[in-house]
Amino acid sequence: MSLGLEHYLILSAILFCIGLYGALAKRNAVVILMCIEIMLNAVNIAMVAFSRYLVPDVVVLTGHVFAIFIMTVAAAEAAVGLAIIITIYRNRRDVDVEQADSMKG
Amino acid sequence: MIEFAFCIIAIVLVGSALAVVLVRDIFRAALLLIMCFFAVAALYITLNADFLAAVQVLVYAGAVGILLIFAVLLTRDLRQGSPFGRINKPALLLALLVLATIIGVVVATDWNNVSTVSQAVEVPIDEATTSSIAEALFSQDGGFVLPFEIASVLLLAALIGAVVLVRSKEKD
Repeated sequence: MSLGLEHYLILSAILFCIGLYGALAKRNAVVILMCIEIMLNAVNIAMVAFSRYLVPDVVVLTGHVFAIFIMTVAAAEAAVGLAIIITIYRNRRDVDVEQADSMKG
Repeated sequence: MIEFAFCIIAIVLVGSALAVVLVRDIFRAALLLIMCFFAVAALYITLNADFLAAVQVLVYAGAVGILLIFAVLLTRDLRQGSPFGRINKPALLLALLVLATIIGVVVATDWNNVSTVSQAVEVPIDEATTSSIAEALFSQDGGFVLPFEIASVLLLAALIGAVVLVRSKEKD
């Protein structure tokens, strides 16, 4: 077997779907944030795999730059998301997303 | 050799990601997520992305991992673990559908006939990428200077926003 773009893309798809399942099915807000991080990592793997394999014998660095920006936004998102979760926990003593429905109307 | 490494990394990566979703204890889930981040860094090394592997260890395994562990510890006196919600089965079905769609598209596409942008910065696969990433980020034509500045403003806004959100209300 010779390693190619398809292997990395399928691994990335599997990882993304694990994260998607967790983000939709879990009730604890911290675990949902972890699953979103898994999804962002899966996308980064696809970006870097494209930049390595799309042109043979050369690394096109645009994918790396995109991955760096995704990491920046993911770090900001994790910080703000955890701040929101801790604020919800302070007000309600709970991080269950199915209980936090006061804006449901 | 690299195929062997890819197989081991893929098994560790998928196993730890599945464990993050399935394990009951949140603290163990956070530690497994950090292992998952390290496996992604190893995967970047198999893709000749040395700088990104270092950034992955620093930003994800270091900063984001510690941040998540802090959040787990701050909400630790809830002994509820991480249960599944009401939409467990539809979510599983949707995830499997998305997986089948992506794998179908990946297998059906002929990746050898994809055209690329000619002005993109390229390096041979056996060279370090760090200085070339700087060139790709900051070059005058086709660079990413404006997105870079916007990203720094975004980080500042997130920093201030996080501080404002978690600051205790008693002082004012």
